[in-house]
Amino acid sequence: MSAPRALMELRDASLDRTGANRLTLWLLGCVAVTLLLTFGSLVIGTSSIETSLGWILSPDAQSSVVLWQIRLPRSVGAWLAGALLGLAGGIAQGVFRNPLADPYLLGTASGAALGVTISLIAADVSVGGLAWASKLGVTGAACLGAGGATLLTISLSRGVLQTRSLLLSGVVVAFLLGAITQLMLLAKPDIWRSMQSFLFGSTGFISWSSVGLLGTVFGLSIIPAVFLSRGLDALTLGEDTAQSLGLSLPALRLTLLGIVSLATAAAVGEVGVVGFVGLVAPHLVRETLSVNHRQLLIAAPLCGGALLQAADLASRWLIRPAELPVGAVTACVGGSYLVYLLWRRSRNA
Amino acid sequence: MPEALTSQAATPALSCEGLRVGYGSRVVLERVSLDIPPGRWTSVVGPNGCGKSTLLRALAGLETARAGAIFLQGRRLQAWPRRERARRLAWLSQTAPITDLTAAEVVALGRFAHSGWLAHREADDEAAAHRAMTATGSLAWATRRLSTLSGGERQRVHLARVLAVEAPVLLLDEPTTHLDPPHQEDVARLLREQAQRRGVSVVSAIHDLSLALTADRVIVLGHSGVVGHGTVREALAGDWLSVAFETRVNIVEHQGVHLWRPALDIPPQQGIDR
Repeated sequence: MSAPRALMELRDASLDRTGANRLTLWLLGCVAVTLLLTFGSLVIGTSSIETSLGWILSPDAQSSVVLWQIRLPRSVGAWLAGALLGLAGGIAQGVFRNPLADPYLLGTASGAALGVTISLIAADVSVGGLAWASKLGVTGAACLGAGGATLLTISLSRGVLQTRSLLLSGVVVAFLLGAITQLMLLAKPDIWRSMQSFLFGSTGFISWSSVGLLGTVFGLSIIPAVFLSRGLDALTLGEDTAQSLGLSLPALRLTLLGIVSLATAAAVGEVGVVGFVGLVAPHLVRETLSVNHRQLLIAAPLCGGALLQAADLASRWLIRPAELPVGAVTACVGGSYLVYLLWRRSRNA
Repeated sequence: MPEALTSQAATPALSCEGLRVGYGSRVVLERVSLDIPPGRWTSVVGPNGCGKSTLLRALAGLETARAGAIFLQGRRLQAWPRRERARRLAWLSQTAPITDLTAAEVVALGRFAHSGWLAHREADDEAAAHRAMTATGSLAWATRRLSTLSGGERQRVHLARVLAVEAPVLLLDEPTTHLDPPHQEDVARLLREQAQRRGVSVVSAIHDLSLALTADRVIVLGHSGVVGHGTVREALAGDWLSVAFETRVNIVEHQGVHLWRPALDIPPQQGIDR
């Protein structure tokens, strides 16, 4: 065997032909489902206006607004939020080397909820507070809260070296901030009501400006994440081996956890605390494909986006003309998927 | 050949002085000073729990020394930039990690410190990976996921990953675990080749005494520290193994090869506790 030919074979081997084909098929499938769901979400809605193909092609002025200013941004935004959660989940599972890790385990969700609660209460009690809260916006408050919670978790565990203490600190911070939020809401029942949609997760408030924000954050997160994915591959060999290969563990963890918290904060700020998408999307990719982290970090967002878009569509369609909170749909679907996984595993064992 | 090696041995590839390493209140290594010469294969032998793995981990910079210093090519280990160090010193862990990556992807990770985040000179990386996989006979599984390989196959992939670094110093913790005897022989031949042809300093912890004694030099560790460090002949002349294992260790010489002979005449209650 000549050397160049051998090299070619090795290159082919590392690409893993059949695996690559399966991945391509899988990604194309995700894109097709997404396009289908986008179309579906344009024709299905709670408004009483007619839903048909002809209506899409030649809408009147009112339907045009519904179509382009409400349904399309909502659908695109749902996809982006799901993609952010899928990406954050994929990174978190790689960083913690745990398939059950999810984007919320650093306490980001509780931090975001607390941030939003504080901003709503501030807007309620004083004029200065209102000015401050409106300047910041719900998204800003959620991002601040999520970022604060991540910092608190990392400082509680004294850095990012010990994954176990990081996970434990995340749980503690989530409980602590959750309790503070509950106490604040107890004192303000009217705010509690408006917080419900946030805590359940809702895709109903996505505008084009939200889509712009989500899209920007998605671009800012996925590029460095894919760039750093080889470090996550090295980490699958264990922390010691990864370090011996020349990887700086603290730098990698800090950067990637920063991306996780940024992506999660943006998603939570726009659609609230939507559960299970970040956990299930990377899981679904790994269950159906054997992938390295570069492939995972590309496939998981596509899968997460399609999942949240589907959940959004279901939330509008299931009890039409009323609407379910999208978080309730993802919790039901995601929960049953995990139960199915458990059942299948116990049957195989 | 021996003359050439002694002259080379003047500048140690890796050395430590007064090294102390421990976990919690337990001190595992105390006042360990060693010079590891280039172009030699050194095996570390000693009873279970005497600190073989700890010594290798410390030399690889994976344990924080409580006292003493480690020098890689004459420069303090901590003073090396992380990636430059990783290009000069490769470490194989005792447990061959299981991952869903393919064998080729795992071996390519051996070039992590060379290519880093930005891929550069990919041809060099591929050639190094190819050589390493050919040398360890793991090329046939290039596309297989590590999780689908047997323990021995996985071990050879990890060995290929370490060789792919093409580092002048290799620290290998039990490179022959899970391997059948012919493949253990292959690994021993490979390590000898690395030392003689490429001038690499190979340090390996090996349980099998007969195999360990095929190395050029031995570091014999006992529970109370380093018993001795020198050529295999020096170790046998001084009966370092018996001192380290705190029991009679019988080594017989057969056609220039040193073999460990289990002494079955010793009653079980005095036997080696392993």
